[in-house]
This record gives sequence, C-alpha cells and structure tokens, in this order.
Amino acid sequence: MQKTYYDPSDLRKFGNITEWNEELGNKFFEYYGKVFEEGALTAREKALIALAVSHTEQCPYCIDAYTKDTLQRGVTKEEMMEAIHVGAAIKSGATLVHGVQMMNKVNKLEM
Amino acid sequence: MATKSLHKRESELANTQRQLQILSNGIFLNGELPTFKDKIAETNQFPLKAKKLEVLQINVGYMCNQVCEHCHVDAGPDRKEIMTRETMQQCLEVIKNTGAHTLDLTGGAPEMNPNFKWFVEEASKVGIKDFIVRSNLTIIKANKKYNDLPDFFKKHNVHVVSSMPHWTRGKTDKQRGDGVFDKSIEALKDLNVVGYGMPDSELRLDLVYNPSGAFLPSDQAGMEKDFKKALLEDFNIQFHNLFAITNLPISRFLDYLIASENYEDYMYNLVEAYNPAAVANVMCTNTLSVSWDGFLYDCDFNQMLELPVNSKIKHISDYNEELLEGRNIVISQHCYGCTAGAGSSCQGTVA
Repeated sequence: MQKTYYDPSDLRKFGNITEWNEELGNKFFEYYGKVFEEGALTAREKALIALAVSHTEQCPYCIDAYTKDTLQRGVTKEEMMEAIHVGAAIKSGATLVHGVQMMNKVNKLEM
Repeated sequence: MATKSLHKRESELANTQRQLQILSNGIFLNGELPTFKDKIAETNQFPLKAKKLEVLQINVGYMCNQVCEHCHVDAGPDRKEIMTRETMQQCLEVIKNTGAHTLDLTGGAPEMNPNFKWFVEEASKVGIKDFIVRSNLTIIKANKKYNDLPDFFKKHNVHVVSSMPHWTRGKTDKQRGDGVFDKSIEALKDLNVVGYGMPDSELRLDLVYNPSGAFLPSDQAGMEKDFKKALLEDFNIQFHNLFAITNLPISRFLDYLIASENYEDYMYNLVEAYNPAAVANVMCTNTLSVSWDGFLYDCDFNQMLELPVNSKIKHISDYNEELLEGRNIVISQHCYGCTAGAGSSCQGTVA
C-alpha cells in the first residue's frame, strides 16, 4: 500500500475507474467531456470555473489538471489567482452568512 | 533564464547521443510508454515515408541574438555555425529546380548570417510561391544595421513568420529574456507600418506561439482569437495567422524538462495526446531540412539531433528530389511532439 493518501501519478489512472463499472464510468466520462465543450461559455471560461472549484473542493488532482489546462489556454497568473479568489470569497461568504443563523439563534435564546 | 547555449556550458545534453539515449531509456525502455515506432505501427503507419517535397527549409546558422529557454536549436550569440556563401550557392541551384512550393529560411536568427541579404535577393528571383523567413522580431531592433529589415522583406515579398509566446510581457520575457516583449512589440509595429499583417495586405505576417513551460498548446484557432484581440486592443498591432507549435523534448527544452522534474509528465502528456490523424500529415513527410553545412534531414528537429536522412543523398551538393522521395523517415520519441492533439509543424497544426 502507498504511504500517502494522494499520489500525483494516480491522476493518469483516473480512466481506470471504468474497469470496475464500465457502464457508469463511461457515462461519467462522456458527461464530463460534454460539459467542457465550447458552448454558451467558452472552453476557457469553463476551465477557469473548474480551476476555482478545484480549490474550493480542495482536490489536488483537479488543481494539477486545471492549472495545466488553464496555462495551455493562455490564461495568465493574474486571471488564475482572481478566479481562485472568487472561489475563496464564496467559500468564506458561505461560512459567514451562517453567522445570521447564529445571530437569529442567539436572539431567540437570550432574554 | 539561460544566457549561454548548452554547447558553451559544455552541458551533457550538448551531446545529441545523450539526448537520444534519454529519449529511449526509462519509461520507454521499461514499457511504461510505447515507443513512437510501436505507436504508429498500431495504425499501420510505420515506416513513415517521405511524400512529394513541398517545403524546403534551410537553416542558415545557429547564431542568434537571443538565448530562449526552450530553443530546440540551442541557438545563441555564442554559436558560430554559419552557412557559407558557397553552401548558399549550392542551395540556390536546388531552389531553382525544386518542385517545392515553399522556401523556409530559419536559424538561429537567419538575419545574422553575413550573406543573408544576398541570399534572400538571389532566392527571391526564382519566384518560389511562398518564401518564408523566420524572424525572431527583436533582431530588427537589435542593431541599426537590421532596422531596415521590414522594408527589405517587403521589397522581396518575403512571408515573415515570427515567434511570440504570449501577448503579455511577463510570459514572453520569462521564456525569451528580459526586454524581448517590448522589442518584439516595436518590431511588429514597424512591420505593420510597411504593410505587413494588415487585413487585406499580401505581405504575410504570421506569429508562432510556443507554450512557455511544460504544457501543450491548446486550440490554435482559439489562441489566435485571444492573441489578435489582445495585440489589437493593447498595441494596435495586426497579424494574419497564429501557428501553435508544441515544444519538442530535445535540446534546451529537454534540459529544462529534466531540471524542473517535468520530463516524465510531459512525455505522458504527449503520448496521451497522440493523434493518428496528425501522423498522416506530419511535416517530415513533405519537408526537407538543410543544415548550415549543407547536410539533409527530415526536419529541423532531426537536424538538431544529428539524425541525417535515410538516403544515399546526404548533402545539398548531391541533391536529387526523386531519389529522396519515398525515403523512410528517421524517428525517435521526440516525434510524439508533432503528433499530439491537433498535431504540430512549422506551419502550425496539421490535423
């Protein structure tokens, strides 16, 4: 067994998930491929969204993959960092907006 | 940023045999990845054969004013290999009789060859359909004696193909050296002023994009759109087409891949992106590359790896187009660079 939970070379083996369930694996990859095709959003815009979500999901494989993908699409470091801040802002906003729930509860409980 | 060539640094990778060993050992020797030969054999494309010659590419010397990090030529100011006038004469004889529709001069910075202007003047008299000079742009601004190049190119109806790794200063200078971006922008403006790259102009100006790191180029048409928009909005610069070219794992780019521990991942990327449709149109099948000393190669990359053509005809002085046609192309694992994704050639994507 490997000594760490994550191994960068495992990313190359992602496709192997179809080996233990071909039907669902293939359906997933077909869907995944379709999602990233040029559509109402450009492939470049989608790659930047994916990069931001990779960070909020804290998925090291996805970060590797979409850092490379955005570089390939000519995305600049500044654009990449801004995209991550969008993700981080939503993530911290999502935490902080629950503060209202906390305040509501405090107001209800306190005399 | 490198300031000296691998040759000058006496790097292990200045030895082409060492490069070829690296490309054949490790992940290719232990079967982790298929060799290029085995891969093309899967689709019955081995051996690759030369078709009718369309592009005659002549490398007039490895001397260059820049020392780009990714350079497959290992070019730089310290390289002294320069084509002589005598070899140029031999090339001119071939140019007069070739069936090729494109003549493509490259280097180094071809303009640094002392006989460059004479050679262009003579070659342009032949009236070959497409006469390309690969100019790195900064040479136009490097010295007063080169400032008239845009007019010179125009006079001889030269098709200018220039390198431009990105539309931002940071990415450009990191790959090609400090100040390269600003000089390139000035040179592009000079070319625009004389008519190069303008929408309806017959003076062709195309740009070449190489990724500035261990990743592959993405969709050529999409990149062209981004380049055009940015260069027009930011600098009022126009050009015709963008050629997206994959960096091949040889010479200084191989050195960079190994030093940055990206070599294996990069080779995986190339093999995973392998596209049999690109093999059918790969440039070595319609191109011949001539070195500064007149020897013949299937492509500029094979020239830099010192892999000569597999033919009795080895030198421009013995040139025979009929005998060269149908020869088996010499291959190694670097060839994966030309068959990844939409394919890559000196004229951009091929599939």
